[in-house]
Amino acid sequence: MRYIPHTDEDIRQMLESIGVGSVAELFSGVPQQVRLQRPLALPPALAEGEVLRELKRLAASNADPETTLSFLGGGAYNHFVPAAVDYLISRSEFTTAYTPYQPEISQGTLQAIFEFQTLVCQLTGMEVANASMYDGASACAEAVLMACRLRKRSRVLLSRALHPQYRETVLSYCRYLDLTLEEVPFGGDGRTDAALLKQKLGSDVAAVVVGYPNYFGVVEDLAGLATAAHESGAYLVTAVAEPIALGLLKSPGELGADIVAGEGQSFGIPVSFGGPYVGFFAVRQKDVRAMPGRLVGETLDQEGRRGFVLTLATREQHIRREKATSNICSNQGLCALMATVYLSLLGKVGLREVAGQNLAKAEYLKAALATIPGCSLPFAAPTFNEFVIRVDGAKALLQHLAKEGILGGIELRDYPELKDHILVCATEQHSRADLDALVQAMAGGVA
Amino acid sequence: MKSPGMSGLILDEKLLFEHSDPGRKGYSLPALDVPEVTLSEDLLRNEISGFPELSEVDVVRHFTRLSTWNYGVDSGFYPLGSCTMKYNPKVNEVAARLAGFAQLHPSTPEELSQGALELMFRLQKALAEVSGFPGITLQPAAGAQGELTGMLVIRAFHEAHGRPRKKVLIPDTAHGTNPATAALCGYDVVPLASDGILSAATVAAQMDEDVAALMITNPNTLGLFEAEIVEICKVVHAKGGLVYCDGANLNALMGIARPGDMGIDVMHFNLHKTFSTPHGGGGPGAGPVGVTETLEPFLPVPVIVQDGDTYRLVSDRPQAIGRIKAFYGNFSVLVRAFAYILSMGGEGLRHASEMAVLNANYIRARLDKEFHLPYLERSMHEVVFSDDNLAGGCHTLDLAKRLIDYGYHPPTIYFPLVVKGAIMIEPTETESIEVLDEFCDAMLAIAQEAKENPDLLLKAPQRSKVRRLDEATAARKPKLRWQEE
Repeated sequence: MRYIPHTDEDIRQMLESIGVGSVAELFSGVPQQVRLQRPLALPPALAEGEVLRELKRLAASNADPETTLSFLGGGAYNHFVPAAVDYLISRSEFTTAYTPYQPEISQGTLQAIFEFQTLVCQLTGMEVANASMYDGASACAEAVLMACRLRKRSRVLLSRALHPQYRETVLSYCRYLDLTLEEVPFGGDGRTDAALLKQKLGSDVAAVVVGYPNYFGVVEDLAGLATAAHESGAYLVTAVAEPIALGLLKSPGELGADIVAGEGQSFGIPVSFGGPYVGFFAVRQKDVRAMPGRLVGETLDQEGRRGFVLTLATREQHIRREKATSNICSNQGLCALMATVYLSLLGKVGLREVAGQNLAKAEYLKAALATIPGCSLPFAAPTFNEFVIRVDGAKALLQHLAKEGILGGIELRDYPELKDHILVCATEQHSRADLDALVQAMAGGVA
Repeated sequence: MKSPGMSGLILDEKLLFEHSDPGRKGYSLPALDVPEVTLSEDLLRNEISGFPELSEVDVVRHFTRLSTWNYGVDSGFYPLGSCTMKYNPKVNEVAARLAGFAQLHPSTPEELSQGALELMFRLQKALAEVSGFPGITLQPAAGAQGELTGMLVIRAFHEAHGRPRKKVLIPDTAHGTNPATAALCGYDVVPLASDGILSAATVAAQMDEDVAALMITNPNTLGLFEAEIVEICKVVHAKGGLVYCDGANLNALMGIARPGDMGIDVMHFNLHKTFSTPHGGGGPGAGPVGVTETLEPFLPVPVIVQDGDTYRLVSDRPQAIGRIKAFYGNFSVLVRAFAYILSMGGEGLRHASEMAVLNANYIRARLDKEFHLPYLERSMHEVVFSDDNLAGGCHTLDLAKRLIDYGYHPPTIYFPLVVKGAIMIEPTETESIEVLDEFCDAMLAIAQEAKENPDLLLKAPQRSKVRRLDEATAARKPKLRWQEE
């Protein structure tokens, strides 16, 4: 086996040093009654070439990215990833290291996380960010738990326009903690219904949770929602599933958000059938000690040189055990690094350009689709790079498009009240010809 | 004595933000081929002050330099106990990057993602075979999230039987995630004293009908097999409780014994430990969960089912705990683990566990005359020493820092908490006798240095990019981000 170096002679020598006669003897601590009395029923080992052939066969039975034109978004976005991202994160000093417990030989990881934390603060307009969470959905759930701890209240209002899978994740995390979760409907313009929110708010509400942009791609009136939440003493938790939007949109921090949880996949991380991605999590300075997750801080070494360490660990499970702020004991290190490299390459100018192109492509497509007879735009509020259309026979239409190699969008099956609605996403990856191709195919399909 | 630790030229590197030169970027876009759109003023943000502005060359050099300050498994021996830092095969990286996987959107219709679903289904089957648990979910993103999933399943089971119960029993050797997870599921934690191996009598003394579960790690964090596991499970089951196993140490057991055959009800896997996927500086990992047939209906949705030759995702399962992250799991980590299982085969997995245990016992045999071994039972895949025999006023931390000068990543230190100054060494199966000998020589040399010249330990490390860092000030006056002057 090429990953295991032991020769028969090595094994003999080692057993002799240990003072046992066989490898089997080493397992004398395992009672006979629990021993597996047969070989594992798994296929025999394959050679490297055979493994690759099998995996290529499986990869090839998925949609071919070269020939498929995709307008899927909904929490996972197809953005251009500069070659330098994968090149740099593939350096095995990054890939094959673990959590930086020994800071003297982990300064690379630690400085990169410190940079990631800074970038997240800059993007979100918040004061402190952690070293990352598993993904946007679980970050959102942790944000709800944190708000409930801080506000010492037990009711949480989730916008129905928040990503359905984020809502489901929040529900699972809160299931057994004596919290009440309620939905706030969306209005006719696709935004969280502010009037209904105000009716539901009260002195027992810990947090109001909204997407920004929301699941329909719609830009919420965050400032208005923040004011309403704050008037009741509740936190506004903002979940950002498409953070490229933050290249153009006012930051949640400047609009009054108290916790910003989000998904960083758009920053250079492949869609990879849903993961791994990277959650980001940012708060106000005053709340830092109630925050979940790892944090990296700057300090000095014995010779006065700048260095970085994991810090404020007294919030964490390995010290506080059942009183910890979360059970999380890692971050998504390599994915956070991808995001850091990606944002470094884009920089101030590039991020604004790519956000601008996303907006422009989506607006072009939106306007063009709206001209198709039978196709309409149900929500009038401004959107970023995705939007909802309504079209008769949406399901059949999408199936028809798929046969032509076009994944035309996501049917909103999670919303029974939005029958025949499709979420369509356009990014900088789509040329005008791509957008026109969807319009043409849809026009043909509807007709 | 031969050791890899040497001095070399270390290149310093500023923070990204200190590099910026206005107008630089490392990214190019095609010219916009649709009309430009301007957002209304009330939505549009100002320029992000302080955001980096670097060329591609700057960025590549920046992160390359940063990488050289790290130590990974590919750099050298990384005996971090409980973390199973085995070699990460490179073919797995190629597999995960195949365009049909990496560029597959999670909302792609099922008929166009059959390859991904088949892979996940077959990985579930393989994990079921290795663990003895018929029900598997691949959704959790990490071991700790797997624990949460498993404990939510246990709670849901009790709720379905009309009584959630109140307490969870956790031995003193457990990872901190265990009590934190129990708390997240609304349970009170009752610690159990174990004295190395947990006895069924200790469990029986605390076991009553308010106990929802026992959380156990097997082999435990002392590297010892829980010899009374079968009796322990019977004691817990007799009062209607369930047994959760932290699967962190599965690398000792593949093909040897299966947690599902021991009476355990739920276990999470750490694919980044046992199944060779890279740790990535702290993630991403993957923490699938295995359960008994009784608990299978409670697993998170969606689940993958096979229908003849096709695979489908099914969410309509009324007893399910819901979902614990978006989509289906850390898919590209799953691809790597699957590639590993294909490469190893059943026999290879067993061989891996055997050699992991051989390596740990070899280190133990070479070091146990010099270092104090608090528990004398046979070690499995890792061995835990205390710092009792360390001379010269030196402690475990000093030994760990001195190992850095010798060119090694230190073992896990000060865990488990039940051992004074714990030094927890897990070599894994991918290390050769030569590497182990060199490492043991270094450990013995350091023990000698502690007697003769303890300053070498107390002032270590001296060869790393930075020396010991002031962690107290970092925590007292946290500086958690760069800010413009």
